[in-house]
Amino acid sequence: MKNKPRKKHTAPNTDKKRILITGNEAIGEAAVRAGCGFYAGYPITPQNELTAYMARRMSQERKIFIQAESEIAAINMVFGASSAGARSMTTSSSPGISLKQEGISYLAGAQLPAVIANVMRGGPGLGNIAPSQSDYFQATKGGGHGDYHLIALAPASVQECFDLTQLAFDLSDRYRNPAIILLDAFLGQMAEPIKITHQDTKTQGRKVKKEWALTGAAGRSPNVIRSFFLKDPGLEEHNLILQKKYERIKSKERRFEAFDIEDSDIIFVSYGIPFRIARQAAQRLRSEGIRAGLFRPVTLWPYPYQELEKACARKKAVFVFELSYGQMLEDVKLALGKDIPIYFYGRGGGGVFTEGELIRFAKTKIKSKP
Amino acid sequence: MKKKYTLPRSLKNVPTHYCGGCGHGIVHRIVAEVVDELKLREKIVAIAPVGCAVVAYDYWDFDCSESAHGRALAVATGIKRVRPDLIVFTYQGDGDLASIGTAETIHAANRGENLTCIFINNAVYGMTGGQMAPTTLVGQKTTTTPWGRSPEKGDGFPLKITEILAGLPGVAYAERTSVAKAQDVLKTKKAIKTAFINQIENKGFSIVEVLSQCPTIWGMTPNQAVKWVKEEMTKTFPLGRIK
Repeated sequence: MKNKPRKKHTAPNTDKKRILITGNEAIGEAAVRAGCGFYAGYPITPQNELTAYMARRMSQERKIFIQAESEIAAINMVFGASSAGARSMTTSSSPGISLKQEGISYLAGAQLPAVIANVMRGGPGLGNIAPSQSDYFQATKGGGHGDYHLIALAPASVQECFDLTQLAFDLSDRYRNPAIILLDAFLGQMAEPIKITHQDTKTQGRKVKKEWALTGAAGRSPNVIRSFFLKDPGLEEHNLILQKKYERIKSKERRFEAFDIEDSDIIFVSYGIPFRIARQAAQRLRSEGIRAGLFRPVTLWPYPYQELEKACARKKAVFVFELSYGQMLEDVKLALGKDIPIYFYGRGGGGVFTEGELIRFAKTKIKSKP
Repeated sequence: MKKKYTLPRSLKNVPTHYCGGCGHGIVHRIVAEVVDELKLREKIVAIAPVGCAVVAYDYWDFDCSESAHGRALAVATGIKRVRPDLIVFTYQGDGDLASIGTAETIHAANRGENLTCIFINNAVYGMTGGQMAPTTLVGQKTTTTPWGRSPEKGDGFPLKITEILAGLPGVAYAERTSVAKAQDVLKTKKAIKTAFINQIENKGFSIVEVLSQCPTIWGMTPNQAVKWVKEEMTKTFPLGRIK
């Protein structure tokens, strides 16, 4: 049969306690269940499964799916759908996310909610399609032009791909700010059993009243979606409003996970899949008598500086493990200053370290310490 | 005696920032009149471009969005798809629609998006001070073609994007008009009205290209400018219905 779809993407049977699903698909299913009304995407590996998943599931739900002509068009379609009040999403991988930066800056400037997922691959340039975390700076320190921040969430499991996508929609609506889900290709591609939560999709999108949306000026004065403020001091005032909002997010939305902090001598700091590798390494080190604790930021922006500082107080050393050449490392340094030795081990260009590599690295540094 | 000429409900009673003799004010008014006549004010959404018309929302009294340079039709697509009950139109200049936004323009049209596109062609980048536009005429002097646009030198030819769009099956209606004389202003109004009615009737993509004068950048008086539209621009961009 020629027209038979190659793969079925029907709504997962949620009667079952747990379902087996990939990270990419979990993000898609979470979006559908969060009441996402609009999705636009463009083909790029390693997130193609997500776009294909949305093509099927969004039409099943009678929601809008568009395969856009470019990443730029996709993010601007999201801009439009969001300005009309719909929960909206686009997803891509590193080079595609670079193309979306213009639109992301406009979303932030116009205070429009939107959810973006970046299934990170190796860079710079076309790079490769292997797992990487080298878009940390782009996601947390800007990316596009202007003084703005995205809410950046970093899942470390397929379950969290699901949970944090739903959280991303909620936070994005609440703060009228785009949110990005940052995961590496590993997590996007791998399957794990997860529990589907947030069943009540019908109410999700309606929790926040969007009085600013473009719905036709019936019975109210016209709404305008804008990020252009030419007359002095309009733009500075607008920026101060944004900065105030970012401070609010910073004080309220820092999320993290910490294990075995109390009795540990050293702390491993990591996020995403590297965190899982670091966890294995820490467990093995414990069995050898080296007491390692674990700290994992769940929100990369706002970064949990205070919590990391507290977790690392009076520890002998801190180790940062990343699939980059030290991007989150800068935030760890900001949190901890120079009082405590910080050792970094990372690999880029699609290279992934093993727990053995981390153990050897940690042991060398502990031994060489005066 | 009955008052014949009044301010349209959809147009705010404020002075515009447009230069004397500029065509934008005329087209803004036409849009407002058509919106009133079709009773669309409470369900219309305009997408303003990047260009001189970026603050069109200061003049139109209905819902508006800005868009990034060239992306108006992508933004309009997003709005129309999630709210098909709204009437959505873009208002774009030549640089926006036919240069930086060519991909968005062609693909929105090719998908047959049920949208109305008003395309203001004045053959220059006005807001940035008069650089060569995709629609700049051969020989026309701009700040980036100081000796005149020269296809031989690699400046390319005036891009007739409305003709290109008319070749796409998703396009329901394409017409080129001008606002250089009274009869043509009336024809422009008729064309814009048709383009909105098409959307109400779910006919697909409609584009109205309006040749518009830009005396300031062209270095002409308003009278010279309308003459230039009538005598020079229409040679490259003939008026009339294309599809």
